[in-house]
Amino acid sequence: MAKYDFVIAVGGAPGQGIETAGKSISQICARYGLNVFTYTAYQSLIRGGHSFLTIRISSEPVANHGDKIDLIIALDANSVEKHLPHVSPGGALIYNSDDVKQEPERDDIQLCPISYKELTNDPDRKKIMLNVCASSVALQLVGIDLGVLEDIIVLSLLKRKGQAIVDANIAAARASYDYAAEHFTPFDVQFEKQDPPLAFGSGNMLMAMGGASAGVKFYAAYPMSPSTGILHWMAPNARDLGIIVRQCEDEISVINMVIGAAHTGARAMCATSGGGFALMSEAIGSAGMMEIPIVVVNVQRGGPSTGLPTKTEQGDLWQVLGASQGDFPKIIVSPTSIMDGFNTIPELFNLVDKFQCPGMVLTDLSLAEGHTTFVPDSIDWQPEIDRGELIAEQGQADGEYLRYQITDSGISPRAIPGTPGHMHVVATDDHDEDGGLISDEFTNPHKRRDIMEKRQRKMEGIVELLPPPTLEGPEDAEVTLIGWGSTHGVIGEAAQLLTEAGIATNHIHFKWLYPMDEDAVNAVLSKSAHAIIVECNYTGQFARFLRGETGFKADGQIRKYDGEPFMPHHVVDGARELLTGTDKTDLYVPYQEIVV
Amino acid sequence: MAKRERPIKGAPTARDFKGDVNPDWCPGCGDFSVLSALQNAYAKLGRGNHDHLTVSGIGCSSNLPGYVRTYGMHTLHGRALAVATGAKFANHELNVVVTGGDGDGYGIGGNHFIHTMRKNIDLLYIVMNNETYGLTVGQASPTTVVGEQTKSTPFGNLESPLNPVAMAIVSGATYVARAFSSERAQLSELMYNGMQHKGFAFIDVISPCVTWKKEKMKIFDYWKERVHLLEDHDTSDRAAALAQAVKTGHETQLGLFYHDTSRQSLDQMEPVLENGPIAHQPLGISKEQGDAIIQRMM
Repeated sequence: MAKYDFVIAVGGAPGQGIETAGKSISQICARYGLNVFTYTAYQSLIRGGHSFLTIRISSEPVANHGDKIDLIIALDANSVEKHLPHVSPGGALIYNSDDVKQEPERDDIQLCPISYKELTNDPDRKKIMLNVCASSVALQLVGIDLGVLEDIIVLSLLKRKGQAIVDANIAAARASYDYAAEHFTPFDVQFEKQDPPLAFGSGNMLMAMGGASAGVKFYAAYPMSPSTGILHWMAPNARDLGIIVRQCEDEISVINMVIGAAHTGARAMCATSGGGFALMSEAIGSAGMMEIPIVVVNVQRGGPSTGLPTKTEQGDLWQVLGASQGDFPKIIVSPTSIMDGFNTIPELFNLVDKFQCPGMVLTDLSLAEGHTTFVPDSIDWQPEIDRGELIAEQGQADGEYLRYQITDSGISPRAIPGTPGHMHVVATDDHDEDGGLISDEFTNPHKRRDIMEKRQRKMEGIVELLPPPTLEGPEDAEVTLIGWGSTHGVIGEAAQLLTEAGIATNHIHFKWLYPMDEDAVNAVLSKSAHAIIVECNYTGQFARFLRGETGFKADGQIRKYDGEPFMPHHVVDGARELLTGTDKTDLYVPYQEIVV
Repeated sequence: MAKRERPIKGAPTARDFKGDVNPDWCPGCGDFSVLSALQNAYAKLGRGNHDHLTVSGIGCSSNLPGYVRTYGMHTLHGRALAVATGAKFANHELNVVVTGGDGDGYGIGGNHFIHTMRKNIDLLYIVMNNETYGLTVGQASPTTVVGEQTKSTPFGNLESPLNPVAMAIVSGATYVARAFSSERAQLSELMYNGMQHKGFAFIDVISPCVTWKKEKMKIFDYWKERVHLLEDHDTSDRAAALAQAVKTGHETQLGLFYHDTSRQSLDQMEPVLENGPIAHQPLGISKEQGDAIIQRMM
């Protein structure tokens, strides 16, 4: 079977059906068994503005949106003007000749003008979306049978719009498809069906699904881009799955509700972005102090402050590391792919239940709003569930129970309210073994030291269970790329491209960020060659953190903070520059070519 | 604090709800009476100690969960209502009572105060209103009257106090009362009825501070002169309740202002809870449920 890697992009104004077109094309490819990864560049607007959706389609698994664009569907004249230079030589541009008066000037690509007026019987554009016509042309060019699009039109429109609209759209799709067959040259790459058909979803959806599989029974949220996708999955699925979903007045309420529900025995989770996370900070410390297991997802966007609501960044690492006053056990994890987001949630719930502490998932827009295809059977709906030392059964009515019993592991068996014989008060003031306050009235340095050491002993148990990163790629390499979280796919591909180009490159990637096992991590880092840390922020937050935890200093850094995610060539160019460039700097900041 | 659960013989009494720790409040504080009224109300409800959860924020009065023999959560300043809401959803069979002060509830927790009432969650919220920040040694609070000199308003308070009872009526609370700590029998009765009420029950309790008010112990006389029982009032009439609540002047009315039995509480409306508390439900989802989700993604 032929191998191919093809990118279709759709540009237009929000409201023109870019998402619909993108979803249809992606869904069609998924049904064909092709691998897809998408990224949408958009603005914080509901109408107006401009969006650009990139759909990478491959016979092989893909984990980023790639470097080139073979085919652009321009839904408006603005998109033609903006994106004409972005079509790779040999590619094609589909546009509506009704709107674009002057023919675009590129002689190294195929121009595919279509007239919406001629292809449809709908001069007012009321029944048929231009995206249906344009998508049909695109499918013809890459050899996909129109029947799959027809199925999707029926599926998406019949219930909402009725048979007449479905018929009109199918007729327009057929007219467009036939027009393309007659007037345009198909690509050399022709998509072929592969087995099995794939499913298609976003990082937010998969994290929400991971929560459901982990047994989340309480989910609370305040809407905040780019984390809202989790709420939008949880809300419609809540009743079927037995999950309470609440929208709250602010993120402070969100996390405190989650703490109340978790303390009372439910697995509870919430998600937000950097600003909402800032509001949650105090309560994260209270979960640490009261020893209540919760999971908080921070889907990062560009900061500081309101920042870039619809753009990506890895700029909250220090915020999450430093969230809340004082020292308390906590776990920070950063999923390395959309699918890893699904698995990370149950993994983290087992850890926070075992160690009775807050767990934080640090991901970002590029993964959370990125979509990918996946093999349906690869989803494990019944992951292992370990609730740790939880006392929820009938207790002894006369039992002496110490909620914060001093133990070697630091873990004290946890009773939930309603359990006979285990009554206690949990407090955000520091307290002794039985929960009695040692702050206001009876401040006792020895008790304080004992309980602080008890809590912090849990960190020793946590660190033992967190796998250190592994070295991916050739052991004997010239360059080692180091990254964390969402960039695994793009850095991995860059390492491969560099190796193919004769610069042997390997890759160390961090998923579990905190606590960090200094010796285990140093053992891996000691194998690195010319080490380059790649991250999506201005100050090299991870580089500083890694140096603080391990003493390791990288030879160079590649940092991007323009809001757009890395493309593989950004990393490749950076590595070359840092390795061989004459410029004596150890920092490379890639230039973002595609501006939306 | 660990609280050994002593077997209750026969009908529970207030003694059965007494905690192991003695309150650290100043001698003469109004909160003592509130505590004792609450212990009475718990006893009258007739359930086991472990069936109750007492949740508080931070402040003098928020130390209360340590002094009652129930499960307790002593949460962050201002956040008790949010935590209690989560706890109630996790196990709606628990009797969840929230206690705190005016700074905690009307100041830093003001947003939660409004929205928890709007949502009409089945909680009893008791605010020990002493018109001052006691634990931080006497600053003006959201209920401090105009002109009062405090540590933060040495030249007299310029800001108008808010009206918690009126706020509760307009915000959507379905059981709204005002009480006075010295009128313990009425207070306990209001608490008991508030616990029985399905929905958000709110009692603003005048609970004088004897340390940071200039009048010291005389403050009880000040209040005793002012308070009157709310009489000839239809508690089902929201407009009438509001008219009573916004009455200004020398008199402060005590009693039940508003009681709406027609609205369901949020937890009653939640279909997920029909199978019992989520805290006791098996975790995870079935393969069939999972397959159906995947089907929708293809």
